[in-house]
Amino acid sequence: MTDRLTKQVSVFLENKSGRLAEVCQTLGANGVNIRALCIADTSDFGILRMIVDLPEAAVSCLRDSGFSVGETHVLAVQIPDVPGGLGGVLKLMGEPEVNVEYMYAFFTTVEGNAVVVFRVSEEQTQSVIDMLTAGGVRILPAAEVYAL
Amino acid sequence: MIWDPYLECMDVEQRAQLQVRRLRDTVARLAVNVPHYRSKFKELGINAEDIRSLDDLRRLPFTEKDDLRDNYPYGLFAVPMEEIVRLHASSGTTGKPTVVGYSASDIETWAECTARAIGCAGGSPHDILHVSYGYGLFTGGLGLHYGGERMGCTVLPMSAGNTERQLMMMVDMGSTILACTPSYALTLADAAKDHGVGPDDLKLKSGIVGAEPWSEGSRNAVEQLLGLSAHDIYGISEVMGPGVSMECDAKNGLHVFDDHFIPEIVNPETGEPVPDGEYGELVFTCITKRCLPLIRYRTRDVSCLQHGVCSCGRTHPRMGRIRGRTDDMLIIRGVNVFPSQIEHVLLGIEEAQPHYQLIVRREGRLDVLEVQVEVAPELLTDTVRRLQEVENKIAHAIYTTLGISVDVKLVEPKTLARSEGKAKRVLDLREGV
Repeated sequence: MTDRLTKQVSVFLENKSGRLAEVCQTLGANGVNIRALCIADTSDFGILRMIVDLPEAAVSCLRDSGFSVGETHVLAVQIPDVPGGLGGVLKLMGEPEVNVEYMYAFFTTVEGNAVVVFRVSEEQTQSVIDMLTAGGVRILPAAEVYAL
Repeated sequence: MIWDPYLECMDVEQRAQLQVRRLRDTVARLAVNVPHYRSKFKELGINAEDIRSLDDLRRLPFTEKDDLRDNYPYGLFAVPMEEIVRLHASSGTTGKPTVVGYSASDIETWAECTARAIGCAGGSPHDILHVSYGYGLFTGGLGLHYGGERMGCTVLPMSAGNTERQLMMMVDMGSTILACTPSYALTLADAAKDHGVGPDDLKLKSGIVGAEPWSEGSRNAVEQLLGLSAHDIYGISEVMGPGVSMECDAKNGLHVFDDHFIPEIVNPETGEPVPDGEYGELVFTCITKRCLPLIRYRTRDVSCLQHGVCSCGRTHPRMGRIRGRTDDMLIIRGVNVFPSQIEHVLLGIEEAQPHYQLIVRREGRLDVLEVQVEVAPELLTDTVRRLQEVENKIAHAIYTTLGISVDVKLVEPKTLARSEGKAKRVLDLREGV
């Protein structure tokens, strides 16, 4: 299972101008490339979630710069780039009441397919992998994700 | 009206004799009934019979808020529980409140004092007293209520909140005296304006306004908007509650009813008395209380004293408006809040760190307290929902301890100033308090 899990880096951000730029500059200065990202925010704070090519390097350089950094396992799932592609995958996942906590898409495509990051609960991760695999949906191995 | 001319206008020499006698009796009772004082007096070699003049007051030990905490809840009470008819409570410096007890005669004394206060505000049995201080463990509501009934006023026990209903009752019943905090007086004034109710529609002539520090600016606003004469009232639950001192029509300081509570002003650093007119820490000695007669209780309120006869005829010394605190206590919407209480709450929450900052703002007429808390790094999960749960958990825990709603804001670890003393913890952005 572990090779199917992609490491996501998340950063806690107060709503203060310049914080997001600082994160990106820190990563850039340390040769880390962001492959996918999204921000979840409230009026007080936000959480920046990223898939990067060098997760360990990202975590250590951000921590050294004083950011609060978390690591989470997510699934990078290949989605047919056609109408209904994502809906079909979600239907496969949704059979026994799987809760998608959040999802976001990669900038790049893989062999003409879109790649979407899913976060489901730890307990349900394995069953989601099984369901998707059984349904013929490809989950990208972590190494392939970092190399995108 | 002067409620009790005999005692309020008593010759100062004569009152001093009364005070000494009452002080001596109190010390004698405490030596017998309260272990804390018994050992203190023994330590200092104090015997009740040695107290012969008011100068002997200075030989007595101070009582601090910590002494109340260390003897929580009943340790300093000087009467058995069957004599206690009421308890009130105010904020302690940590999770436990400061509890005060009253015997039946303490309730009588208190009613006399608040009746005097209502008299200072020009009240008489003809008045309709609209009490918008909170009723409950807070001393404000019931304190004024009993004084109003004692005087023979018609008392409206409104308590705080539900502003529209307050306004309706005020207009329909023809309330003549309003008793509430300065911020609530302004809230009522705003609501009146919104509903097209002006001073002419109200029968209010006088206000008994206190429980929060306020300025002359606030006084003018309250007076103009509600068409009344606002009088400052002071009280502290450890000493009794509202009615420890009160402004008369001369509005030149608050008369301290010193036949019940002897006031002193001391230098907060040295504990030495300071001369009239000089600011320092306000200290009270209760000389008529049965249940909780505190000796030289340090209020941490900063004020000054003026002795001499007032133009109103009262001979009680007058204390100046409270100018501040010697500690970091905040008063938020009439509720005393100690930063240490917040710290105590945060220590009990595993996700939070005891690094916090308090920011007080005034939004409209309302005090808003924002509590910024650093997040424990391990809390940084990847969902916003989880963080919001933590915010709610902290807010709820603070509400449970302090009884006020606060805005909790999570901030990044190590971003708040590490406290070097208390100063950096609190940012009070309110103006004109």
